[in-house]
Amino acid sequence: MLSAEFWFALLCFAVLMYVILDGFDLGLGILFPWFRDDNERALMISSVAHVWDGNETWLVFGGVILFAAFPSVYAQMLSGAYIPVIVMLIALVMRGAAFEYRFKSTTSSKWWDRAFGLGSSVAGFCQGFILGNVVSGDFGLNLFCVLTGFAVMAGYALLGCGWMVIKKETLMQIRALKLAKGLVIVVLSAFCAICLYNLYLTEELFARWFSWPEVLYLAPLPVLAIALGCWIYLHCDYLIDGLQTKVDSHKLPLRLLFILTVLLFLLGFIGLLVGLYPFMLPQQITLYQALAPTSSLAFVAPGVLVLLPIILAYTLYGYHVFSGKVQSTY
Amino acid sequence: MEAEVLSRIQMAFTLSFHIIFPTLTIGLACYIALMETCWYVSSKSRFRAQADFWLKPFALTFGMGVVTGVVLSYEFGANFSEFSNVAGPVIGPLMAYEVMTAFFLEAGFLGIMLFGRNRVSKKIYLASCITVSVGTLISAFWIIAANSWMQTPAGAVLVDGQYQVESWFEVIFNPSFGYRLVHMLLASFVTTGFVIAGVGAALLLRDKSNTVAKFCLSKAALALVVLTPLQIAVGDMHGLNVLAHQPAKVAAMEGIWETEQGAGLRLLAWPNQTAGKNDWEIKIPHAASLILTHELDGEVVGLNDFGKENIPNVAFVFFSFRVMLGIGVLMLLTAIVAAWRVRKGTVDQGVYWLRWLKYMIPSGFIATLAGWYVAEVGRQPWVVYNAIRTVDVASPLSASKLYLSLTLFVICYSLLFVVYLYFMRKTLLRGDRHNPPQMAQLDSHNMVKEVHHA
Repeated sequence: MLSAEFWFALLCFAVLMYVILDGFDLGLGILFPWFRDDNERALMISSVAHVWDGNETWLVFGGVILFAAFPSVYAQMLSGAYIPVIVMLIALVMRGAAFEYRFKSTTSSKWWDRAFGLGSSVAGFCQGFILGNVVSGDFGLNLFCVLTGFAVMAGYALLGCGWMVIKKETLMQIRALKLAKGLVIVVLSAFCAICLYNLYLTEELFARWFSWPEVLYLAPLPVLAIALGCWIYLHCDYLIDGLQTKVDSHKLPLRLLFILTVLLFLLGFIGLLVGLYPFMLPQQITLYQALAPTSSLAFVAPGVLVLLPIILAYTLYGYHVFSGKVQSTY
Repeated sequence: MEAEVLSRIQMAFTLSFHIIFPTLTIGLACYIALMETCWYVSSKSRFRAQADFWLKPFALTFGMGVVTGVVLSYEFGANFSEFSNVAGPVIGPLMAYEVMTAFFLEAGFLGIMLFGRNRVSKKIYLASCITVSVGTLISAFWIIAANSWMQTPAGAVLVDGQYQVESWFEVIFNPSFGYRLVHMLLASFVTTGFVIAGVGAALLLRDKSNTVAKFCLSKAALALVVLTPLQIAVGDMHGLNVLAHQPAKVAAMEGIWETEQGAGLRLLAWPNQTAGKNDWEIKIPHAASLILTHELDGEVVGLNDFGKENIPNVAFVFFSFRVMLGIGVLMLLTAIVAAWRVRKGTVDQGVYWLRWLKYMIPSGFIATLAGWYVAEVGRQPWVVYNAIRTVDVASPLSASKLYLSLTLFVICYSLLFVVYLYFMRKTLLRGDRHNPPQMAQLDSHNMVKEVHHA
């Protein structure tokens, strides 16, 4: 329980939980330019009004696990990526406020929609940007980070589409699916661009991916990602068809798009880890060097093992209580 | 300005802005949970009306606390990277427990509390309300533990430039922890009490017959007459604890520069940091010694004995302390008058009295902030008391980056604060309009039930 690998795995779990859970509600905001109707926007926001707070808690959880288990990386990463981190935080503040005030306002709801859309987009972009910073080990403003910024935005938007399809508002479902078809192409292209750019930038990484026998078990990753992308594309067509011909929507696999997108994220994440591991900041600091003293880890470990399953259980219960169609605005 | 100073200003600004909201949500969560419990047990609609009335203001405030709190969990690393590295093994795990035992709990059950009354059973709804309030208390426990450890570090030693914990029990239950936790929780309850009383008064000024407002006012008055004196007593005990562990801070609070036997209590003074003395002062002879040492001629160590490089900004601490004390006295007097008026049955009457209560709404927040400034500015120049200096552990950032981030925070937070106050006011006034018919409905519902039972 005190090994560096355990804490690294826990950190990865927290990051993935955050990316998936807050990803879809950030994604809704990123999709706002394509959903301009007041009622549509109200429905989109209220479909996540009861969960966004819990979703964002995973960001805090990831932060404090990094702080507790790898304090030097927490310090170096956040001060290194200072401006994108601060801008992301402020963007999250603005969109969080939009949740609170959107439905209490009578005259200013348009402004809160803008705050929600813009805040979500900027937060998503900054998270991608910081990811680019970490992966490339370069904390400056560079093209690579801009690329990863937009890639993460597109990925979140795709998750947002998946959420809208689950939430069963037929008219919006079809438009979300049409958008998803475009987005999956964008995401895949961005994946390719990021991989190529990264391989071109660092010889170290090139050696890692193309050395024998690693290439054997790494090759399936990009192949799987492309296959998954194609599946998502075809699945969207299938669902659009089903919805337009008014097949009983209970028979349609509405959750599948979201699940497939999560898998796509998972593949991308594994790809990143292959490139990084065992470094946390490339060529600078490994997880073993950054690991906190045993006394600290031994204190947190039982908490994680006992509490995390409980947290997951009541989070799931919360989703269960509010499952199904969005009811009304609050 | 130097980057280190800017980082400190930004941290102080974002922390100050944040603490406003938890101060109210801790108290309101407990109040709502209490009202829900009374409603569950007695089925009397006046309790349900209170819970309903305060739920939306609570939600607004809680939301503000969440969004401004997320910022803080990342700001340690962003602005004080060296501190995060050195003290991370102590602070990090405490915050990890805060997230695991409190934040998830609050977030998980807040959704049900706000939107789920019709989706879950009465029992589960009540349990959710209680869970959220317990969550706020647990959150306070951990963050005060972390803060108190920075004030009175114990249980950990520096090894190769990083703290290693020897005893977590000593880290958490460090010498100032208990005093600080009780003082903060009471601050939160008293602040909430004055908000509830003040809002009740403001509503009564608009409509004399408002029963929800009358309930707010009379119950808050009774709570405050107990809580306010208690808070003052706890504050005094906390002060003695500070004297034992951080004597330089107490000297700054009292404005005492030279070590004295029988030190006078400076009621007002103008501390001069460069000259190392007060430019002028009004004092009661021997009173400071009497309060601090319980002897007329007890010795109080003065600031100059600690060395110029080891004392905080004296004027800031000195005046913040007086603001806190002054408001504390006003609160005590108000609470006594309120209780006396409850006894006489006139607590909800008199335009001037009600106006006074309305003006007291911000009192708790100001006193709490002033108290935090005494504690935190008084800790300087140390970030971990007597061990690590703040100046040594700020992030190596350029001043221009900090000017940018600080400007963004100031603009964004100022805007949010105005918006928050606007919507709070609107929600409170509207809540007042919507409640009576709902209450009537509930009452008739209960009557039907009672008739059936009979």
